[in-house]
Amino acid sequence: MQGEVQNLVTKKFKNIIGEFGIAIALFLEILLFSSLSPYFFTADNILNVTLQTSITAIIAAGMTFVILTAGIDLSIGAMVAFSGVITTSILRLNLPFIYSFPLAIMAGIAVGVLSGAIAGTFITRFGITPFIVTLALMTIWRGSSYIYTDGRPIWGLPEQFGTLGSGRLFGVPVPTIVMVLIYIITYVVLKHTKFGRYVYAVGGNREAARLAGIDTRRVLLRVYIISGVLASVSGILLASRMNSGQPNAGLMYEMDVIAAVVVGGTSLFGGRGSIVGTFVGAMLIGVLRNGLNLLNVGSYVQMVVLGIVILLAVMLDQMRTK
Amino acid sequence: MPLLLQMQNIRKQYPGVLALADVNFDLMPGEVHCLLGENGAGKSTLMKVLSGALRKDAGTILIDGEPVVIESPADSQKYGIGMIYQDFKLVPELSVAENIMLGSEPTKGWLPFIDYKKMHRDAITALAQLGEEIPPTSLISSLSVAQRQIVEIAKAISKKVRILAMDEPSAALTEKELKNLFAVIKRLKAEGVGIIYISHRLEEIFEIGDRLTVLRDGKFIHSSKVAEADRAGLVRWMVGRDIDKEYPKIDLERGGEILRVKNLNAGMLKDINLTAYKGEILGLAGLVGAGRSELARVIFGADPKESGQLLLEEKEIRPRSPRQAIDMGIGLLTEDRNKYGLIMQMSVRENVSLSNLREVMKGFFINRPRENEVAQKFTRDLRIKTPTIEQEVENLSGGNRQKVVLARWLFTKSKLLIFDEPTAGIDVGVKYEIYNLINQLAKEGIGVIVISSDLPELLGISDRIAVMWEGRLTGILPRREATQEKVMMLATGGALEVSDAG
Repeated sequence: MQGEVQNLVTKKFKNIIGEFGIAIALFLEILLFSSLSPYFFTADNILNVTLQTSITAIIAAGMTFVILTAGIDLSIGAMVAFSGVITTSILRLNLPFIYSFPLAIMAGIAVGVLSGAIAGTFITRFGITPFIVTLALMTIWRGSSYIYTDGRPIWGLPEQFGTLGSGRLFGVPVPTIVMVLIYIITYVVLKHTKFGRYVYAVGGNREAARLAGIDTRRVLLRVYIISGVLASVSGILLASRMNSGQPNAGLMYEMDVIAAVVVGGTSLFGGRGSIVGTFVGAMLIGVLRNGLNLLNVGSYVQMVVLGIVILLAVMLDQMRTK
Repeated sequence: MPLLLQMQNIRKQYPGVLALADVNFDLMPGEVHCLLGENGAGKSTLMKVLSGALRKDAGTILIDGEPVVIESPADSQKYGIGMIYQDFKLVPELSVAENIMLGSEPTKGWLPFIDYKKMHRDAITALAQLGEEIPPTSLISSLSVAQRQIVEIAKAISKKVRILAMDEPSAALTEKELKNLFAVIKRLKAEGVGIIYISHRLEEIFEIGDRLTVLRDGKFIHSSKVAEADRAGLVRWMVGRDIDKEYPKIDLERGGEILRVKNLNAGMLKDINLTAYKGEILGLAGLVGAGRSELARVIFGADPKESGQLLLEEKEIRPRSPRQAIDMGIGLLTEDRNKYGLIMQMSVRENVSLSNLREVMKGFFINRPRENEVAQKFTRDLRIKTPTIEQEVENLSGGNRQKVVLARWLFTKSKLLIFDEPTAGIDVGVKYEIYNLINQLAKEGIGVIVISSDLPELLGISDRIAVMWEGRLTGILPRREATQEKVMMLATGGALEVSDAG
């Protein structure tokens, strides 16, 4: 009995390291950049980091659901572009802004729902692996974005649209607020609802979950819809920030998003991970980018550094689970 | 006779648990030394130390009286130590022959190409020694559990071994296959191979063993010749206390009909007719692959039926998914609880509430205090040994895992519970508790169907025994008429003069 208690204590300790290990890394990172650059730890720059990170962080929240079920969604970068061009094209219509705006937002989100539903259907009904299905959707949506815009950006949008991505509320950038809201909601959903519990169960052991009475297909379908919707939300915010619909927006976002989730401690094998971890993971990467920019480190070098940080972070996580 | 193997004062420490406390074990050439103990007693750990899969923290290993260093499986192979693991170490996507010869593939002379002809020949030879004809080109993934076990054994004996350790080799074998295995063991003995035999089935120990050693909680407890040991004594050494009867049977009052299966056809199942009653334990006997689990899955809505009817409390039901079956009041404790029953990385609490979360919801949210209460209650009632309800089930023993699954089905308030191999891989002491729980459920008026390959167990706990063979129901025996011989006769397709047992 004493042994068991002791075992539990070491386990608890390991969990703390695991759960906060990345947070500690983030803290050290902030400390490092603060000492290297006087501008780094200012309110302005911190808000700036959250703004820069918000676009990929929002998608990473959705990706956390997908990866918790042992899946992957590679289509999100293309979905950022596609929802962006759909939204902006509707804003270009000759309609009063109060009509075109909600219509444009709904259309942008609708393509996210559609993409997620298609992915979920192919994965659950035809048993195709998520990697292949979403890889196909990635090129489909990217191609569709180019076809739809003829390869040219959509310019000339109503001015008000820009406030979504560039506006501030009480001094806080709107995308930051959207990001925080989404993280609060997804946290509650994963931690405190039936659906959230089922996500973990399906990822932990799909057949056992089915035999426990869980409709695993419905869970998976919803998970991919969530991912698609959050990607399209990011696409709309990005279009607003750039004040245009860019068919090549969101290129390579998959990498940043998956890195954020994995660095945040969510297992690619499913069943383990948390939304808080993803948030910290996204911030870790965001702070790194920002700090290196402030230090005038070139973007090529940044890529190498980022890769090394991902390796170290995942290594840390492996050592915890061993 | 000189000692082939000596393991002296072997110690293995895990965080917080002393898995082996200075254990001594030795082996002579040409003897079968049985290693006994409950799960967690340290048998498998000791074998893993011997094979180099685990590193010991202290102690010495001597072979032919010489100290040796074994730090990896490659080291142990060098000394002629072979292992048959409890959980198979086969590559599912490779063929039978490729698995048997894995690591010692014959090549074509100097060329680095595999000589498949020779490989298949060698594999066939190894399998023939076990009296089996499994095509060497079949993929492991296409084999049954029993066949995989045989491949695992063939793999071990195809190498030149001086010491062969078998960890629960008989768990999935039928009588006939077991006889072949024993014949092979006897031949290896005659060749001077020392065999370490681990099994939960005491009958096997008495049949094949020369000497035995009992471990409990990582400590050496007892060692003697098998001929000098008796059953009760062994159980006492293993459990650390007396168990008066192996199977607690109580008199039950049979109630109304709970389930009727009428002319059911589904996959391998052919024209099944069967009735189960409330307050009765119905045993389902048969060999591995007879269709018992398949029948359970159809009743549970996990697999579709082709024709026929299912009636629950005399009303027809058509469960098309486990969810629907659960809502109708059916629960299935699957065989292989680790693979099909539990979400390993989830806590006891989460596993217990999983099938009935609606009971602990408050609006959109899970009501944690209520959920905790439920988990606490069942942990107490079923005496699940866990430090807290937040413990991940991965860290529980087999018996406690089974209790967690049972707790889940009790929480869904099932009217009919199907237990598929409920005591496989569970300690003697906990088995007894499971039998008592099953009795208790039947007494409370729940319909209970038990599938088990352990025939004495099935005879010991059932009120009636239905026997299946190749997807058919070959007979139903009431408790007073059921004997091992009769059941085996029916299970192998033989006919009996069966009285009406309806």
